[in-house]
Amino acid sequence: MNFNWHIVIEHLPALLKGVPLTVQLTILPCAVGLLGGFVLAMMRQSTIKAIRFMAWVYVYFFRGSPLLVQLFLIYYGLSQFTWVQNLPIWEPILKQAYWCAMIAFALNTSAYVSEIIRGAMGAVPKGELEAADALGMNFMQKLVRIRLPRAFAMMIPAYSNEIIFMLKGSALASTISLMDITGTARTIAARTYTHMELLTTAGILYLLLSWLLMGGFRLLENRYNRHKLAPNAGI
Amino acid sequence: MIDLQGYGGVLAQGTLMTLKLFVVSVLIGLILGVIGALFRLSKNRALSYLATAYVNLVRGIPEIVVILLVYYSGSALVRALLSIFGYTKYIEMSPFWVGAGALAIMFGAYASEVFRMAISELPKGQTEAAAAIGMGRGRTFFRVVLPQVWLLALPALGNLMLVLLKDTALVSVIGLKDIMFFAGRAGQTTQQPFTFYFVALLIYLLLTAVVMVLIDRGEYFANPAKRYQARIAKERR
Repeated sequence: MNFNWHIVIEHLPALLKGVPLTVQLTILPCAVGLLGGFVLAMMRQSTIKAIRFMAWVYVYFFRGSPLLVQLFLIYYGLSQFTWVQNLPIWEPILKQAYWCAMIAFALNTSAYVSEIIRGAMGAVPKGELEAADALGMNFMQKLVRIRLPRAFAMMIPAYSNEIIFMLKGSALASTISLMDITGTARTIAARTYTHMELLTTAGILYLLLSWLLMGGFRLLENRYNRHKLAPNAGI
Repeated sequence: MIDLQGYGGVLAQGTLMTLKLFVVSVLIGLILGVIGALFRLSKNRALSYLATAYVNLVRGIPEIVVILLVYYSGSALVRALLSIFGYTKYIEMSPFWVGAGALAIMFGAYASEVFRMAISELPKGQTEAAAAIGMGRGRTFFRVVLPQVWLLALPALGNLMLVLLKDTALVSVIGLKDIMFFAGRAGQTTQQPFTFYFVALLIYLLLTAVVMVLIDRGEYFANPAKRYQARIAKERR
C-alpha cells in the first residue's frame, strides 16, 4: 500500500477552498437552529396540548429519520410539485443545492437543539425560579433573566457536541453536488483515482475544524460557568 | 393513501438490507466497543493511547468520509495487513461488509466511551470481591464486570443504536441496495421523488420506533432486580 503525498500537496489548496463552504454549512444552520430550538422548546412546555403535540411530532420526525433523507426530500423531492415550482422562492432558493442544504440542516438541528434547551431549562434549580417569583418577576422577566442565562450556561457542552455533529453532517451536502471539503475531495479523487489520499486529507481537515470548535467552546464554557471554577481563579 | 406504483416490494427488500446492516454492525461494533474500552482502561500506555486516538478520530471525521474511506481503501489496507503475515492473495471486500465495517467502526468508537464510563462506574468492591473468592481476571471480567456493565451501558447504547440506524442510510452512497437506494430509484423512474423519499422517511421513523421499544424491553430483561420486582407485583395481585 502506498500513500501518494504529491497528490495531497498538489490538491490541498483546492480542498482548503472547500473549507469556507463547510464552515457556512455548519454555522448558519446552527445559528438558525438555536432560534428554532428555542421556539420548539417553548412549544414543548406550552400549556396548550395541541401546541405541545405539534412540537413533539416535529422533533420526532426530524430526530427519528436520517438527515440524508431529509436533505433529499427537500432537494430532489420538492420538484415533484408544480405549485412549488411556481413559487417566487423556487428559482433563487429551493432550486439551489446550497439553500436546500441550509434549510435541511437548519430544520434538522432545530429538533436536536430543542431537546438540549428543554433539558437545560428543566435543570435550572427550582429554588432560583422560586426566588424570582418571590421577587415578583413575571413570566418574561423570569425567562430572560433567570431561566435562559442559566440554561445557556448549562447547555454549552451538549450544544457544542451538536455543532460537531452538524459539522460532520455538513459533509452530506456533497451528495447534492455542493463543493464543500468532502465534495471537492470526492470530485478530485474520482478524476485522479486517489481516493485514499484525498479522503484522508479531507478527514484531517474536519478533525482540525472540530478541534478548533471544541477549543472555542471550552473557552466559552469556562466563561459562562466561571462561578463554578475554583474561587479566585483568574483574578 | 400513498400509491407505491408497484415499488412496495423493492422498498421492503431495501428495508431488509438496512436491518441486516444494522444488526451486523451493532454486533461487530459492540465487540469493538468492549475491546476499545479495555484498551482505554489498560495499564499499557500504548494501548490506551491507541484507543483514545481511535475514539477521537471517529468523533471528528464525518460519517460519510469514513464510509468512503473504508470503501476505497479498506481492501488495500486489509491486503497490506495480511501481507505482513504472508498472505498475498487478492481480496475483494463486498460492499455489504465494507458498509457494515465502516458503520461498526463508528458505532464501536462511541460504544467504547459508553463502556469505559460504565466500567469505571462499577463499584470497586465488585472486582475485589471476585478476586477475594479467587476468580481470575478473565473470569472476573466475563462473570462479574460485563453483566453489570451491560446494565449500566444499555440506555446510552440505545441512543447510539438509534444514531447508527440513521447512519445506515449513508451506505446508499457506496451503492448498497438499502431503503435509500430503492427510494431514489423509484423516485427517478416514476418522477415522484417526494413520494418515495417520504415513504423512506416513514420507514425509518417506524424502524426507530421499533428499535426504541426493543431497547426498552432489553433494559427490562437485562435488569434482574426490575424483573424480580415485576414478578413480585404480579404475585401480590
